Amino acid sequence: MMLEQDTGLSLAIAQIVQRLKGSSLHSQLERQARGSLHKPEIKLDSLKEDIKEFLKTSGWEKRLQNAVYSELNVFPSPCHPAAPPEHMKEPLVYMRKAQGSWEKRILKSLNSMCTELSIPLARKRPIGEQKELLNKWNEMGTDEPDLTLFRPVYAPKDFLEVLMNLRNPNYENGDQPSFRNHLGLIQVPLKVKDIPELKDYFSELGLNTGQLGIDDSTQVPPELFENEHVRVGQTVLTEQDSAAAQQYVRQGCPTALRAELWALILNISNQPEDILYYEQLKSNVIQHDLLVDSLIYKDVKLTASNDDYYFVFEDYLYQVLLCFSRDTSVLEHFSYNSATPPKSYIRGKLGMEEYAVFYPPNGVIPFHGFSMYVAPLCFLYHEPSKLYQIFREMYVRFFFRLHSISSHPSGIVSLCLLFETLLQTHLPQLFYHLREIGAQPLRISFKWMVRAFSGYLATDQLLLLWDRILGYNSLEILAVLAAAVFAFRAVNLMEVTSLAAAEAVLADLSTLKVMPLLQIFLFATVT
Amino acid sequence: MNVSSQHFCEIGKYYHHYCTDGEPEAQETKEPRACIRFKCALTNTILDILRRRPGWVEVKEEGEWDFYWCDVSWLRENFDHTYMDEHVRICHFRNHYELTRKNYIVKNLKRFRKQIEREAGKLEATKCDFFPKTFEMPSEYHLFVEEFRKNPGITWIMKPVARSQGRGIFLFRKLKDVIDWRKDGVRTDDQKDETQVENYVAQCYIENPYLIGGRKFDLRVYVLVMSYIPLKAWLYRDGFARFSNTRFTLSSIDDHYVHLTNVAVQKTAPDYDPEKGCKWMIQRFRQYLTAKHGAEVVETLFAEMDNIFIKSLQSVQKVIISDKHCFELYGYDILIDQDLKPWLLEVNASPSLTASSQEDYELKCRLLKDTLHIVDMEGRLTGKEKRIGGFDLMWNDGPVSRAEGNVDTPVNGSFMANTHLGYNNDRKKQLKQLFKPLHTQQKV
Repeated sequence: MMLEQDTGLSLAIAQIVQRLKGSSLHSQLERQARGSLHKPEIKLDSLKEDIKEFLKTSGWEKRLQNAVYSELNVFPSPCHPAAPPEHMKEPLVYMRKAQGSWEKRILKSLNSMCTELSIPLARKRPIGEQKELLNKWNEMGTDEPDLTLFRPVYAPKDFLEVLMNLRNPNYENGDQPSFRNHLGLIQVPLKVKDIPELKDYFSELGLNTGQLGIDDSTQVPPELFENEHVRVGQTVLTEQDSAAAQQYVRQGCPTALRAELWALILNISNQPEDILYYEQLKSNVIQHDLLVDSLIYKDVKLTASNDDYYFVFEDYLYQVLLCFSRDTSVLEHFSYNSATPPKSYIRGKLGMEEYAVFYPPNGVIPFHGFSMYVAPLCFLYHEPSKLYQIFREMYVRFFFRLHSISSHPSGIVSLCLLFETLLQTHLPQLFYHLREIGAQPLRISFKWMVRAFSGYLATDQLLLLWDRILGYNSLEILAVLAAAVFAFRAVNLMEVTSLAAAEAVLADLSTLKVMPLLQIFLFATVT
Repeated sequence: MNVSSQHFCEIGKYYHHYCTDGEPEAQETKEPRACIRFKCALTNTILDILRRRPGWVEVKEEGEWDFYWCDVSWLRENFDHTYMDEHVRICHFRNHYELTRKNYIVKNLKRFRKQIEREAGKLEATKCDFFPKTFEMPSEYHLFVEEFRKNPGITWIMKPVARSQGRGIFLFRKLKDVIDWRKDGVRTDDQKDETQVENYVAQCYIENPYLIGGRKFDLRVYVLVMSYIPLKAWLYRDGFARFSNTRFTLSSIDDHYVHLTNVAVQKTAPDYDPEKGCKWMIQRFRQYLTAKHGAEVVETLFAEMDNIFIKSLQSVQKVIISDKHCFELYGYDILIDQDLKPWLLEVNASPSLTASSQEDYELKCRLLKDTLHIVDMEGRLTGKEKRIGGFDLMWNDGPVSRAEGNVDTPVNGSFMANTHLGYNNDRKKQLKQLFKPLHTQQKV
């Protein structure tokens, strides 16, 4: 109804204005406006219009537009004014409860590791150690601390067990489990898109639209698509329009333009104050040692350092992740994340709220494989503070949804359900066969989705996939790709007779080309 | 190795047709495949490839052969007094060392540079400045000292000319180090060689290499030369970047972690293989640079590398004995500096064919299969092809254009070199097209 729409809109506007007020962009705009008063074209009797015109022509309006667009993308639309803040984190009570108990387990595990090893959660480094770390900042990879006693706090497998046990207490369908019911591991009734809806949603991936990852192959003359697409990309960058960029990357980013396009979409401009902020985080790392640092080291050594292509970026990973754990600005995202940052208490002040701190300072406890979120970005960004900001923004927009329990369409629970539904609906024979041999498909695809396929696909393919995540501002494409991979290897999978054999068929995804797979699955399969 | 003429006729009417008529006739369908007898001095990837090639048969020690993948020592001892029939092929040129030994390549390049300067001017001659300043020791000792004094503080590297794998190499900054080294009889293993000091070169050490992730690397690129006169050279699309190991150590981490659900302890850390993970395929390297510097800059860099390959081969064109039986697969080692200038470090006549990983094995298989396709013992090619599998014809007595058509097609419009280093290697498809029976091929 008109009235509700209006209230919704004005509420949204009010929220965005609230958030942008006091931001550095706000003060820059004020400064620009004030500075413009000296200009001859600004006349006193038409002051407001003239200043607006000036801001438009100087590109500042565009920057404001981009900031607003960014806010719209990241923060969910406001719900009813009377809804409590938990509602924005996660509207469903049973999901919130499940997330809460999962968090308790993680924290318990962390605390017990702490007690066992008698290592404090945080300690101040002695001056000598600080100096040493500062000297070694660019080559922390050469360090070989003894990590044998540290264990990752959890692995994707553990998380999957929790998701499998999720139940909606209000849902009772009364039927006996049968072929018509859902036979997968996820047993909660969330709404997921079906193929007609996905076709509509991902319409730019259709067969009649040019794509990078397909129409730029060596056999296709570049005049047909690639040249024009690159030209459009350059125009988008010149215009500095976030919304246009987001639309553009749905067809893929040219390699040379990708770094800038992603930065434009994520609204990262690497201003001096951003660099300063990063330096501040760096000095926090130098001064204090956190227990999670060891977990980060361990994760990098186990995953990225072992990867054929990402091992080169080992040092960058430390520089990003160690700073990330100390970044309290990340706490802001918990207003729309179903997770809640763990709290710890100053020694001796247990339970006293005045002495509570979030631990780690950014509230995010890394798990096994976490560093793989950063690794692909090292291909694009080399300046540490920019790399850092891009990663942070990617995390608070997308990656956090892959390891928290929520009902959001891009949340991992929905992705798992989407994957299983697609497979069961369109490859029922395969699904049934795998289930019969004890190889539930989700057991294999879960790790791909939790890591957004990082480390499983070849880097260029992964970047083409992440182009679309940014373009559609959604992670659903991960579930579609996972189903498409199973569809592609269906013939081999029908012949296996054990979970191990199924894993082997799907162990190596490095030769896959993602765009053709997605196109075939969505647009060229008879449904 | 005498091949009887009778056997020659049996090998194939096909060969007979080819040699007498000048034009290959349409291949009669399904002739019993003539067998090609091969010998192989190595026991690695090349042997696998040769054994798997249809119609190729390995010969015993003293048997007659049509194809020999020999090592350079056999060549040195036997080439001069071995008779080879016209169709026979071996994988080295008699005096390849003009290109591959550090002191000879320096001499040849210097001479070539002077020639260009005379003929085409100073600017053109600078295109030969891709080899770090090198001086033979001790014959050019005084020239070296002069150069050394002009550039105080830079690092030099002393390298033995003939040894490989980094043996005997050291860096120095002070002349005193060289003098001491000359005096020392440290090099006990070549005491028998009186002129031992002549076996070294002093080379300017490139101190600002391009770094990725803070690591140094060099590029390995493959160039196949089918003849020197006229010069016919092919460039392989695949190659790799080798990262220095020095900062990268990973002792085996014995990893266990306990599931929160208390399921049995699982080992998740994959077995770490120190050889693995130190190489990037060149496609990945090219993409990385493109993302960082843009396509144009990268095009320029790769064009400069093409220039290195061609100029280096041209510089030895007149001295290498261009025997029609010979071909050679070279491994070029290129170092990129921070200004994105490529430098030639070395040319290897026997690039390692041992595989360090699965990916490496597959690369070498492709490389060697395509090499054998080009050598074309089976006589399937017209000789006018510009691309065979992953090889692109880079030089055919002149630059080769990327434009459609074969080597004879005239070029209109701007010239683009027919090199695709770091491009996608979709060789299977191309080979299928190429080897379709001649009478069904549409292209001339």
